[in-house]
Amino acid sequence: MSKQFLMGNEAIALGAIRAGVGFVSGYPGTPSTEILETVAKNNPGDIYVEWSTNEKSAMETAAGASYAGARSLVTMKQVGLNVAADPLMSLAYIGVKGGMVIVAADDPGPISSQTEQDTRHFAQFSKLPVFDPSSPEEAYEMICDAFDYSEKYGTPVLFRPTTRVCHGCASIEVSEERKKVAPEGFAKDSRWVIFPRLTYQNHLKVEARQPVLGEDFSSYRFNRLTGTGKKGIATGGISYAYTCETLNGSENCKLLKIATAHPFPEKLALEFLSGLDEVLVIEELDPVIEKELTYLCGKHHLNVKINGKLTGHVANAGENTVESVTAAVDSFLGRAAGTEPSKELPALPVRPPVLCAGCPHRASFYAVKQAMKGKKAVFSGDIGCYTLGNAAPLDMVDTCLCMGAGITVAQGLHRIQPDAVNFAFIGDSTFFHTGIPGVINAVYNETDIVLIVLDNSTTAMTGHQPHPGTGRTMMGEISEKISIYNVLTALGVSHVSRANPLNLEEAVSAVKSAVEAGGVSAVIFESPCIAVTKPQPLYQVNAKKCTRCKKCIRELGCPAVVLEDGAVKIEPSLCYGCSVCAQVCPFGAIERSEN
Amino acid sequence: MTNCLLAGVGGQGTVLASKLIAQSAMNRGLNARTAETIGMAQRGGCVVSHVRIGNEIHSPLIPQHKADLIIGFEPAEAVRCLPYLKENGAVIASIKAVKPITAALTGSGYSGEEMTVFLKENVKNLYLVDAEAICNQLGSAKVLNVVLLGAAAGAGLLELTLEELKKTICEKLPERFIELNCHALSEGAAAVRKG
Repeated sequence: MSKQFLMGNEAIALGAIRAGVGFVSGYPGTPSTEILETVAKNNPGDIYVEWSTNEKSAMETAAGASYAGARSLVTMKQVGLNVAADPLMSLAYIGVKGGMVIVAADDPGPISSQTEQDTRHFAQFSKLPVFDPSSPEEAYEMICDAFDYSEKYGTPVLFRPTTRVCHGCASIEVSEERKKVAPEGFAKDSRWVIFPRLTYQNHLKVEARQPVLGEDFSSYRFNRLTGTGKKGIATGGISYAYTCETLNGSENCKLLKIATAHPFPEKLALEFLSGLDEVLVIEELDPVIEKELTYLCGKHHLNVKINGKLTGHVANAGENTVESVTAAVDSFLGRAAGTEPSKELPALPVRPPVLCAGCPHRASFYAVKQAMKGKKAVFSGDIGCYTLGNAAPLDMVDTCLCMGAGITVAQGLHRIQPDAVNFAFIGDSTFFHTGIPGVINAVYNETDIVLIVLDNSTTAMTGHQPHPGTGRTMMGEISEKISIYNVLTALGVSHVSRANPLNLEEAVSAVKSAVEAGGVSAVIFESPCIAVTKPQPLYQVNAKKCTRCKKCIRELGCPAVVLEDGAVKIEPSLCYGCSVCAQVCPFGAIERSEN
Repeated sequence: MTNCLLAGVGGQGTVLASKLIAQSAMNRGLNARTAETIGMAQRGGCVVSHVRIGNEIHSPLIPQHKADLIIGFEPAEAVRCLPYLKENGAVIASIKAVKPITAALTGSGYSGEEMTVFLKENVKNLYLVDAEAICNQLGSAKVLNVVLLGAAAGAGLLELTLEELKKTICEKLPERFIELNCHALSEGAAAVRKG
C-alpha cells in the first residue's frame, strides 16, 4: 500500500487495473478522458488499451472482449453514451461473461458539455445497475465492486462519476495487489445471438433480477444510513460531500447516502423513511432519488413529504455547490443562515474561452469568411476546439448540435434554402467519429455542401489524443495513417483539395475553387495544433508603420494581439508566429521579430 | 492553512501549482483534496483550482468565506475570487494583467491597475508580485506558477517551506524543468513584498 495524490479519473483507472481489467476502450470526452490515459500510462503490459473511433465502437469491442472472458472497461462522457446507446440496450439483454464496466461521466453545470443529461436515467432505461461515487477515494474502491457485481449478475454495469469527482484529486491508499483474471476464451453458444425469442426470455430474467439486485444493494457498503430524527436528508454523488460539509453533526436528522440509484435499494430506503415526517433530497441533474422515494411513499402508504427538485427546494439545472446545499439545508432544518455579506466587486473583464493564439482554425475560418464576403452562406459547425469559431470577431459557427451533425445539418438547411452556400466545418477526430456517414449521405442524395475539414493532426480539445489519421495508437504502436483525402475521394466527393490555412492567399483560393466546383466538395485545411508543434519565429508590431486601424484585432480576435494605451502590441508570451496577422495587416506593420 | 484558492486564466499553470501544494502537504503526512477546471474553459477562460488540506474535509470545492489564501495569477482573477476569502485571509497576486480579447475588441481598456487598486483598498493581508519581471529574467513565461508559489511560501502564507516545495518539484517534474523551476521558486520568494 502506498498513499498517492490522485485525480478521480486516475483513481478509477488504477482501481480497474487492480480489479484485473484486461481490455480498455473509449473515446475522449471531458470529464472522462484521463481514465483511459492513466490505464495506458500504468499498463503492466498485459492490458489492451485503445482509443476507438467512437463510443459505439468502443462499447462493442469491449463487449467482445468480455464475451471471451476478459474484464473490460469502456470510458466516455455522458453524451458518448447516446452514441453507444444501440449496443448498450441490446447488451442489457445479452449480458456478459467477463466483468464489463461502462464509465459514462456526467457533467453538471454543464462545464464542458452540450447537455445536462443524467446517466442514472440510462441505467433505469436499460435496466442496468449503476454506481455513483461521491469522492475519488470511493471511486477507487467502487470500480472494483462494479466488476464483481458485473460478474455476479452476468451483466454490464454502468459507473457514473461526475466532473467534481473525475477532476477532483485526493490522497488515496493504493494497493499494489492485482486480481488475476485468466480469460477462458469465447465459447460458442446461442446465448450470444440476439433474436426476438431470446430477447423475450432474457427480458423476463432481467425483470426478475431487478428486485434481487435492489435487495443486494440495500446492504452494499457505500449505501449508508446514519443519524436519527423526524427529518431526513437523502443524497448521493458529490452532493453527499457538500451535505457532509454543511452538516456539523449536531443536527437532529437522518442521512441517507445512495451510491446505487438503480436498482434502487428499497429496503434501506424504507428503513430511512420509517418514522420521518419530511425529507430533503439533494442530488445533481435529474430528481432520480427523489422520484424513487416519492414512489416508495406511495407504494407503502407512507405519510412523508419529499422535498427536492420537483418541489422547487433544490435547483433543477446547473451544479450544486456547498453554498446552494447549505441554503437548502438551512431552510429545511430551520437553521439560522450565515450572514456574511460579500463585498461588491468592480466590473470584471469577461473571459469567454477563445481559440488559442496561433491556432490554425482561426486562419481557416478567416479564409472561408474572406472567400464568401458578400455572398449568402451558412456555416455549420461541430464539436471540438473549433466550436470556439462562433465568437466575435470570427462569428463563423451558425449551428452546432452534436458530434458529426454539422455535415448533415448543412444538408437539411440546403434542401430548404438552396440559394445559400452551405458549409460544414469538422475536425479530424470528429470526422472519423461520426462525420463519414454524413458525407456519404450528401454524396448519395446529391445535396450540395462545401465540407471544410480542419485537420490539426490531433484530438485537441480533450488533450491531444491520437486518432485514425495520426498513425499512432494507444498501445504506442505506429499504424497506417488513414488519409482523409483518400476517404473523401473514395466516397465520391467530386472536388477534394488540401491547403495550408496559414497561407491566406492559398487558403482563400482553395475555398473559392471548392464553392465553384459545386456538388459535394471539400477543402482539407492541414496545419497542426500549436500544442503539438514548436513556436515559429514570433511577430511584433512596428509602431512607425502601424496606423492603429486595428484591422488585425477587429478581424482575427487573436488573444496575442492586445491594445496598450491605444497602441497595438503583440504579446510575446502568447504569440506562436503563425503570421496570419502579418498577412492581414494592410500596412505591412507586423514584422517578424529579430530575436 | 486549510484552504487555498488559485485563480488565473487558462494556460497559466494553476493545475500544476495546486498539485505541488497538495503533494508537499502529503509529504508532511497531511491529506489533501483539490478541484480543477479542465476542458473548454482552459482556452483563455477563467480557471480556479481549489486546494484543501486536512483530514476532516469533504467537499473538493472551498466554500465562500473559507479560503485562508488566494493566489491570483492575474489581478482581476484574484478580485473575482474575493467572495471565497475569509475575514483576514491573505491574497498574493501577480500584478500583470492578462487582457481578454473582448477588451481589445470593445476597446474597454482593462489595464489591471484598477484591480490592484481595489485589492489594496479591500485586502489588509495583501502581497503583490511583479511575477512577469521574474519570468522575463528567467527567460520563460511558463514558470509564473512556481514564481507565485515561491512568493507565497516566502511570505509565510503557505505554511510550507521553500525546501518542501523544492523537494516536491524534484520528485514530480521532468528532469529538464527542475533547475528552472527551482530558480523560479527562490526568485519568487526573494521578490515578495507586502501591500
